[in-house]
Amino acid sequence: MFLRKRSKESQEIGKGAPHPDTTTRALDPVEIPPGDVLETLLLSTGGPVELSAIEAQSDTINRLRDDGIELIVPLIGQGELLGALYLGQRLSDQPYSTDDRRLLGNLAAQVAPAMKVAQLVREQQAEAKERERIQQELQVAALIQQTLLPKELPSINGWNVDAFYRPARAVGGDFYDFIDLGDARLGVVIGDVTDKGVPAALVMATCRSMLRAAAFNHDSPAAVLADVNDALVPEIPPAMFVTCLYAIIDTEAGHVLFANAGHNLPYVRTSDGVVELRATGMPLGLMPGMDYDDKVYELSDGDLMVLTSDGITEAHNPDGEMYGFSRLMGRVAATTKNDDVVNSLVGDLESWTGPDAEQEDDITLVIVRKTASAQGSAAVFHPAEGERLLADFSVPSVEGNERLAIEKVSAAIAPLGLDEARLERLKTAVGETVMNAIEHGNENDDSLDVGIRVIADTGRLVVRVTDHGGDKEIPEAATPDIEAKLAGEQTPRGWGLFLISEMVDEVNRARENGSYVVELVMNREGEA
Amino acid sequence: MANEGFETTVEVTGDGAVVELKGTVNRAAKEQMEAAYVEAATTPGQIVLDFSEVDYINSTGIAVIVGVLAMARAENRQVEAFGLTDHYREVFEITRLADFMNIRDAAAAD
Repeated sequence: MFLRKRSKESQEIGKGAPHPDTTTRALDPVEIPPGDVLETLLLSTGGPVELSAIEAQSDTINRLRDDGIELIVPLIGQGELLGALYLGQRLSDQPYSTDDRRLLGNLAAQVAPAMKVAQLVREQQAEAKERERIQQELQVAALIQQTLLPKELPSINGWNVDAFYRPARAVGGDFYDFIDLGDARLGVVIGDVTDKGVPAALVMATCRSMLRAAAFNHDSPAAVLADVNDALVPEIPPAMFVTCLYAIIDTEAGHVLFANAGHNLPYVRTSDGVVELRATGMPLGLMPGMDYDDKVYELSDGDLMVLTSDGITEAHNPDGEMYGFSRLMGRVAATTKNDDVVNSLVGDLESWTGPDAEQEDDITLVIVRKTASAQGSAAVFHPAEGERLLADFSVPSVEGNERLAIEKVSAAIAPLGLDEARLERLKTAVGETVMNAIEHGNENDDSLDVGIRVIADTGRLVVRVTDHGGDKEIPEAATPDIEAKLAGEQTPRGWGLFLISEMVDEVNRARENGSYVVELVMNREGEA
Repeated sequence: MANEGFETTVEVTGDGAVVELKGTVNRAAKEQMEAAYVEAATTPGQIVLDFSEVDYINSTGIAVIVGVLAMARAENRQVEAFGLTDHYREVFEITRLADFMNIRDAAAAD
């Protein structure tokens, strides 16, 4: 007996054609190759066929004759030859009777559907296994990528850095990185490995490590890319390469020094429109000994630099048109001050591709904005005797960023071991103060930041919150009248200043060079 | 304003309704909080605000709670707060919200 798989290979499921001897002998079942004359004959007959009655010739037929087969009973399901039963000479040496043949024909007719089902089940199991294998591979690739992408965004006074990464289902090789180079310099990397899945993820991991190592050896992005290229060429599989843009930002002066290895050009939105930061060079890993050029751009306060991967520009709409550079550039130009740039760009991309479109490639966006620092770049903190600066950071004036400020202040003061109740009170006071700075001082203008400094001295913990509202009226904290509020005679709002004053030991307010500073003081001993 | 960080579930109990709050109570919670109150107020009896799953309340959230308390007072309905952390319990006391709603200890919960 032989059973045919749908993939047109034959599979043996049992042995044992009867043999003229009184004992039976196992035989390797003879396969009927697709298209064999015997297949055509069996399909046209539809029932048991005596080998002696077949006039046609084929290797298969000859082999069956050599094996002593007399009768072939085809197993046919939905017009397809699923297999066949081979019968040798009857033990009684009598020819097969009409009854025998009818019985075998009926048997075959009943067996065939079961065979068909078994065949489908086996195929589905194989497919499921394959799907599972692919899924596992994708998970590995995604894991590599997630592990290596930055867990936290850099927090630098006077800068607002944001990133967005969304892998395609097949996980491409996009990556980005932020490298703290010291001396107020931030390395920013965006790259894209050709290919997808695990191979791309592995190359991405290698490339990222090489970049990190080279970044500390050179002050020139071009030299860093040249080093990485030479190191990558012998390691990278053939036909794979990496596009990459590397920039070093001087976070005090606002210079950007950058070099490009075949990556999409960054855009900078300035007050005069959008500028493309041009730099060219061969992608990494193609040929050794490549040279790259360093270019310079000066970022002013409010300027926004956008780095992207080709998953954005090469995304198609349902008519097959690409999103393209000009649309991206237009979108960057159209982002207004208070726009959340990432959401705006990603939202526009989604409306381009349509809601049901499967994402074709990884999408990566890195956004670096020079904000006008509330503390001013010159306002370097000079600690007085016994003072320690525990944190010095800023958050952009975006609703909800008070939570970010609370988290950072909590992390900075964790080593002081403030008791739970006082810690919670300080957190609430910081949240309310930062919220006021965002809403009132900076009027929700996200190109303005709120500066936060945490200072400890021997007996006190001081949090200074600075915004740009130095010329605004400062309301006094009054005790809200809850009866009037509940009776609807007063707005239910107006709790912020009151809460702040109740939460900490001392609140000081001051105007300094156009800035407004609120100082929250918590005594580290005694009662609040 | 949409608030993806805030959810409410209203459950009718034998003697009123429980509004389970989850996430961040700030101004963005206003609409949903008021809708939850209205839903809870379709049954007679007191309304329990369950803060067990609330991670952050700021001054704009207090204003939202004051707004809901005002709605309850207008129809003489008792409101109870449950599941507040020690810190927010203190905030409720400082703001005198505690004078207008019964604050139930988590330990005394059923």
